[in-house]
Amino acid sequence: MSGLPPYASTGERVWYYSFRVICGLIFIFLITPILVVLPLSFNAQPYFSFTNEMLTFQEGAFSTRWYWDILENGMANPSATEGWWADVWQNAQWVRAVKNSFFIGIFATLIATALGTLAAIGLSRSEMPFSKVIMSILISPMIIPLVITGASMFSFFSLDFNPANWVVEGDQPPEDRWQLAFTYGGLILAHAALGTPFVIITVTATLASFDQSLVRAAQSMGADPVRTFFKVQMPLILPGVISGALFAFITSFDEVVVVLQMATAEQRTIPRQMFSGIREQISPTILAVATILVIISIALLATVEMLRRRSEKLRGMSPQ
Amino acid sequence: MAETTTETTKNAPLLAADGTPLRRKLEQALFVSRMRALGLVAPLLAFILAVFIIPIVYFMIQGMHNPVYADRMPNSTPILQAWDGQSPVTEEMAEAMVKDLILTRDNREIGRVATRVNQEFSGARSMFTSSARKAERMEPPFLEALVDADKDWGKQEVWRAIKVAATSWTPAYYLAALDFQYAGDGSITRQDAERRIHVALFVRTMEISLIVTISCFVLGYPVAWLLAELPVRKANLLMILVLLPFWTSILVRTTAWIAMLQGQGVMNDLMVFTGLNQVILQISMLFNDYKDLTVSSLCGIDVNAALGSIPAAVEKFGASPPGTLTRCGAEILAAFEQGGESGARSHAEALAASAQRWGYGDERFSMIYNKLGTIIAMTHILLPFMILPLYSVMKTVPPSYLRAAKSMGATNWTAFWRVYFPQTIPGIGAGALLVFILAIGYYITPALVGGQDGQMISNFIDFHMRRSLNWSLAAALGGVLLIIVLFFYWLYDRIVGIDNMKLG
Amino acid sequence: MKLKNVLIGAVSAIALAGAAQAAGQITVVSWGGAYSKSQVEAYHKPFIAKTGVQIISEDYNGGLAEVKAQVEAGNVTWDIVDVELSDAVRGCDEGLLEPIDKSILTAAPDGTPAEDDFIEGTLTECAVATIVWSTIYAYDKSKLPSGPTTMADFFDLAKFPGKRGLRKTPKANLEFALIADGVPASEVYDVLSTDEGVDRAFAKLDQIKSEVVWWEAGAQPPQLLADGEVVMTTAYNGRVFNAVAAENKPFEIVWDGQVWDLDLWVIPKGAPNKDLALDFLAFSTETEQLAAQASWISYGPARKSSAPLVGSYATKPDLDMGPQMPTAPENFKNALQNDFEFWADNQDELNERFNAWLAQ
Repeated sequence: MSGLPPYASTGERVWYYSFRVICGLIFIFLITPILVVLPLSFNAQPYFSFTNEMLTFQEGAFSTRWYWDILENGMANPSATEGWWADVWQNAQWVRAVKNSFFIGIFATLIATALGTLAAIGLSRSEMPFSKVIMSILISPMIIPLVITGASMFSFFSLDFNPANWVVEGDQPPEDRWQLAFTYGGLILAHAALGTPFVIITVTATLASFDQSLVRAAQSMGADPVRTFFKVQMPLILPGVISGALFAFITSFDEVVVVLQMATAEQRTIPRQMFSGIREQISPTILAVATILVIISIALLATVEMLRRRSEKLRGMSPQ
Repeated sequence: MAETTTETTKNAPLLAADGTPLRRKLEQALFVSRMRALGLVAPLLAFILAVFIIPIVYFMIQGMHNPVYADRMPNSTPILQAWDGQSPVTEEMAEAMVKDLILTRDNREIGRVATRVNQEFSGARSMFTSSARKAERMEPPFLEALVDADKDWGKQEVWRAIKVAATSWTPAYYLAALDFQYAGDGSITRQDAERRIHVALFVRTMEISLIVTISCFVLGYPVAWLLAELPVRKANLLMILVLLPFWTSILVRTTAWIAMLQGQGVMNDLMVFTGLNQVILQISMLFNDYKDLTVSSLCGIDVNAALGSIPAAVEKFGASPPGTLTRCGAEILAAFEQGGESGARSHAEALAASAQRWGYGDERFSMIYNKLGTIIAMTHILLPFMILPLYSVMKTVPPSYLRAAKSMGATNWTAFWRVYFPQTIPGIGAGALLVFILAIGYYITPALVGGQDGQMISNFIDFHMRRSLNWSLAAALGGVLLIIVLFFYWLYDRIVGIDNMKLG
Repeated sequence: MKLKNVLIGAVSAIALAGAAQAAGQITVVSWGGAYSKSQVEAYHKPFIAKTGVQIISEDYNGGLAEVKAQVEAGNVTWDIVDVELSDAVRGCDEGLLEPIDKSILTAAPDGTPAEDDFIEGTLTECAVATIVWSTIYAYDKSKLPSGPTTMADFFDLAKFPGKRGLRKTPKANLEFALIADGVPASEVYDVLSTDEGVDRAFAKLDQIKSEVVWWEAGAQPPQLLADGEVVMTTAYNGRVFNAVAAENKPFEIVWDGQVWDLDLWVIPKGAPNKDLALDFLAFSTETEQLAAQASWISYGPARKSSAPLVGSYATKPDLDMGPQMPTAPENFKNALQNDFEFWADNQDELNERFNAWLAQ
């Protein structure tokens, strides 16, 4: 199919070009919605659609007001001249959401990556017992519907884990509740669990092409297992670990169903804020946020692609 | 030494340097490395069990176990549980009930108990709360006193419903999740037709997932094929178009589809501009009533306005900013300038008459906030999960096979269908199952753009979790969904193998 | 090294979040959009200026579910919530809400005690009312110049073809259906108390079911009208007013068959900052604040002493707020008060029936 031979018949030519047109349309289907939000986010009017003025590029049809709105939403005093940025940092709803998203995302990623990488190394050892069963348990957070995950974690995390309250004697006043629902800790644990399958999948994929004889070579030359891991294995699988970590981060960064169930107003993340924005008040502010998120995802994608190529080069595979 | 060695090859076990049998030594070594491997996995396994598996099991149990009544109504619970549901209601039962009503009224738990019983018998809420208010002043015989307070206490089926609520371990919720009703005497009947809802929802969920899976296959297969056949450099460039949506937030993509598909959205604007809407309208008129399809016709609104009041309409058309007047508005305005009010009216009537057959020309379709919108947005979101496994399988099919088939006289179609396609089936299986599994539990997209007929079972689970607060029913619905998902997960493992899952 | 930086950043982010808490803060939950804005302008801003307390403002779509979830899970994060009357009564019955001592309310400027100054029925055991609001239906006048005038018109697809917007709940919709079917406003709840009455209401809703776009948040209906997604929609009267006054939309309200209700402040049982919440409640229900709110949105204040202070729209001095209120005599002719007892008793059952009906 690549390239058309000069002796191709008319039918083949028609097929060749129409196939390409069909594929082109599918690519348009994939990419247009993402590109459409960009110009719409600069709409001067509070609508979700293109105005006639925008299509004819009239002056005043475009504005950056929705980007300012991201900052001003929730501020105590947006018209103040002094202490404006401090007000933004303290009160703006979207800024709070960004802080929450990064805070939860970073800690969830650290947990998921550390535990996931260790487990992936264990799983890719040939002598690993019950590897199939364990693998299917560890991958399940990716497969089980998020609504079930969220509801389960919410009802379980609402329990009081303070042992002092388990046995109540007489009229003794209850001790503080120890519970994870509605806490940052609960959200971090939940997102860490959701992120681990991605770490396992990417790291095992890197390990699959890892030459185990390198480990044996290092050990035969007297390196202990820890040293072998950090000096030999880790540098080679590092690209896989980092892209796994990025996957875990984006999973947390994009997750809304569990947050809907388990977070308070203060703990709202970016997608949670968007969710209520779309549900409750559709304004182009959402589109401005969406545009920024698209730019972030382009940056993330570029990083992952770079890592993938680097990893292939490191392991002497030809770039695909 | 030489002698012993020859002997051991026949009788005694091989010995290692320190004298232990080699087999045991090897077993020991294997055991140690197994434990070491297991030790690496153990932290994550413990973590997943603690924060994921155990919560799910705990949640599923709530679908069978609801102690709200039993915990709060200590007097009536044992008596109701002992009752067979057939013999007449006794004074003893009534007395225990009155005691419990006073108790829960005092500690303000009556609302919760009433809500629990209301799940079994609609109307029990007000019966319990109002009777509890009067319970303090009730005197024996208590059964009559209760019936005086609310005549429903005299009905045996009400007491049977209370018996169901008083039983903590109950199949009632799982049965309700399948549209069955469980009564206190142990009988199981189908839910009334007007309250049957869950089975239809599961069917709709499967239907939407299936349509999404098929759409993903139809759209994904050609793209994956093209990517696999193109030279690496070009394929990598085009791959970005697949991966970018994959890395973009689901919320962003759902928002984007709202902007694309809404009444005044990009797609409708384009279709009106190109006239494609008329083509679709004509085709759909051949099959059914097109009114279900259209959301609005701007022309129709103007004609309607003109038919209401010509002067008002003409004033509005005349005042419209340049470029915003619809075709119908412009025509009516022109007719008014030529033939006055009667001319404008007859033109508006003519437009309305021709619209009966041909439409007004600017009909806009409802493509969002319904099943169609859900399917389009979900297909877009899940398409990369189809393309990526297909691509990785197609990469392994040598292009020479196709050429060989053709050189031996196969037509293009035969070569594709008999040689290429069968080799891509593992990729199709992997992609289709993954898309189907992810689609069946989908929540966000149907919640935001599903409207009324695009809601899926996940949305109902969420409704019962966060709105109606019937957690036990949510758990039971979740249990049924979980079983379906686990079946397809098992199928995926059998056909594809979990370790073959790939990302990016 | 990089990891260390990340950790330091994260820890300082927590420290900052903690610093905000030290000054004292409350979470105020309301209905979002123009309504929340009116509260922010009239209550929150003066309260912050006076006390320095931080206010986290959260939106919800009504109902007791979230309050109940928080109270039952034993972790309440909301301090004060704006609810409808039926929910205030039901929540109080179920022990989800804190009883409120009415002595904290301030007297009217002329010295009338608060209990006499509030309109009758607006103070309940656990709640203090702020406004009288109404569910009405509205249409775009530029698209329907000879617009609908009665509730029956809303259900008449032959006379006014096109999509309708309705709130995704049985509340108010069943009442509208019966009024459109010819039941006088005064008899609606009598009819609705019978099984045949409920069937009749659903049968009426069936007539337009295929054309309905369901909304959930109060901000949606004006948006649906503006986007041309619907030709007419039920809405909260203040939201439609706001679209007309602030965004110059050509929307028109049909007051016939309006269902009016109260919005009240309640405090969930175990609210983390109960004392501050009570301060906020007392402050926001002062005569002056209630009157100020009525200049931002067309909802009637719950205090008699606020009424004379209600003037014109905050940013348009020539727009008199009086005739915009649901209680204006002109608008009040065929009005129906939402029967909180009926809904407190039948909500579960009718919700269930409504959901099954929707899914069919």
